[in-house]
Amino acid sequence: MMLDVLLQGLLLGGLYGLFALGLSLVFGVMRLTNTAHGDFIVLAAFAAIAGLAVLAPMLPAGIAAPLLVAALLLPVSFGFGYALQRWVLNGTLGRDPLPSLVVTFGLSIVIQNLLLETFSADPRSIDSAGLSTASLALPGGVAVGALPVAILAFAVAATAALQWLFGRTSIGRSFRAVSDDREIAELMGLDARKVYALATAIAFVLIAAAGVLQAMRTTVSPADGPALLLFAFEAVIIGGMGSFWGTLVGALLLGVTQQIGFRLDPGWGIWLGHLAFLAVLVVRPQGLFPKTVG
Amino acid sequence: MSALLETAGLTAFYGDAQALFGIDFELRAGEVAAIIGANGAGKSTFMKAITGLVKAAPAQIRFDNVAIGGLAPAQIVRRGIALVPEGRRLFASLSVEENLRMGGASGRRGPWQLERLYRLFPILAEKRGQPSTSLSGGQQQMVAIGRALMSNPRVLLCDELSLGLAPIVVKEIYEAMPAICAEGMTVAIVEQDVALAQRVSQRVYCFQEGRVSLRGASTELTRAQISAAYFGT
Repeated sequence: MMLDVLLQGLLLGGLYGLFALGLSLVFGVMRLTNTAHGDFIVLAAFAAIAGLAVLAPMLPAGIAAPLLVAALLLPVSFGFGYALQRWVLNGTLGRDPLPSLVVTFGLSIVIQNLLLETFSADPRSIDSAGLSTASLALPGGVAVGALPVAILAFAVAATAALQWLFGRTSIGRSFRAVSDDREIAELMGLDARKVYALATAIAFVLIAAAGVLQAMRTTVSPADGPALLLFAFEAVIIGGMGSFWGTLVGALLLGVTQQIGFRLDPGWGIWLGHLAFLAVLVVRPQGLFPKTVG
Repeated sequence: MSALLETAGLTAFYGDAQALFGIDFELRAGEVAAIIGANGAGKSTFMKAITGLVKAAPAQIRFDNVAIGGLAPAQIVRRGIALVPEGRRLFASLSVEENLRMGGASGRRGPWQLERLYRLFPILAEKRGQPSTSLSGGQQQMVAIGRALMSNPRVLLCDELSLGLAPIVVKEIYEAMPAICAEGMTVAIVEQDVALAQRVSQRVYCFQEGRVSLRGASTELTRAQISAAYFGT
């Protein structure tokens, strides 16, 4: 029973980890809080749903279809993130955090209403050809869903990849350098606007992956964004700003806490998650694993 | 011989406050020039204007006979002017070696590579994997100099290398200068220690309240002249 709650919580947390990694990356590199983060996840999910509908005649049956569409969506999302940062969000950065908050909040409203106009308020999902109902039996009479396990594995792989990118590559070095001291980084020959654009582009790849997996695992509807942003935000804060493993652990803790809440009372899950988040803010405002990125 | 780097009537502002009031300055290829002056005389602003961190009008700064005033810092370093900034300003989340590698981000090729720097400052080779913040002030200054050299500049600008360092450490830092200048590097240093500035340079500029109050060959300027130019008596 306890083991089951723990496992389900970790699996839920894997998805939250994917929501949170992009937010953590963008905040870590440019101290930008994208309040439309959740809406972009939902937008990506709807883009995948629309892509599946449009391309249906050309796609193979089964699980290959959503995977192919996701493979198309990831590079599109990369380019979209790059352009959004380069030509919209860069103009909002500065000492004052307010312009970027206002602009991304505005984007959030635009995306929600655009989706509502186009797709109506009905929840939708991506057909995963049975993957979302398949389960793996574990010893001790516990069963876990195949799709959630795949999502958690993907989240762990994404975290490891991001940490490697940040800590071991020249791209990561430039991310950390502009984060430390933008002026001096430019003095070294970097164009901070392009470095920021690249960071956001990578975050948008994670956003697209999160959107597709969210729609496969459950449903998405146009108004879901703010809730997803909140989970992502809570995971980042619990984990501590700036460390990707910290972000993932924060997401897993949030997932487990919510799952415990759900088990106590179906209405308590989200609430208990918020409570844990507030407790961390009070007891350890710097998060559990505070560290400057890298 | 014409100047490699030249400013003519260079003015600079911080918002509404004017910091430089028409600086005429020239740096000849291969020489070391020192800029001295009291706090607030505009020495650091001058270096920031040359490297693009403070805006300047195009024609006010010429490098290799091309107007470079107002270019972005990244473009200026690619043309071959590097700055060792005041207060070192290393990247705190980068290791020693990563800081040095960042200096090479402009992509300029030349003799200054990691191995060469580690020969110049052997202590940095020992500490290459450590966080830059764990180093002593003098060692951090070595990283800052090395980081600037990694862009293989034609002109190296050094802003207050001795800031906050013990005299013995300052001496150690300046002992690297001959090796840096050996291959025709052109250098301008901002230095508070007037005697030291005269010793390491061929020419001295004294700034006062955003203007050049004195210029001359380092060996010919007298203490009285410098003192008058320094304090504006």
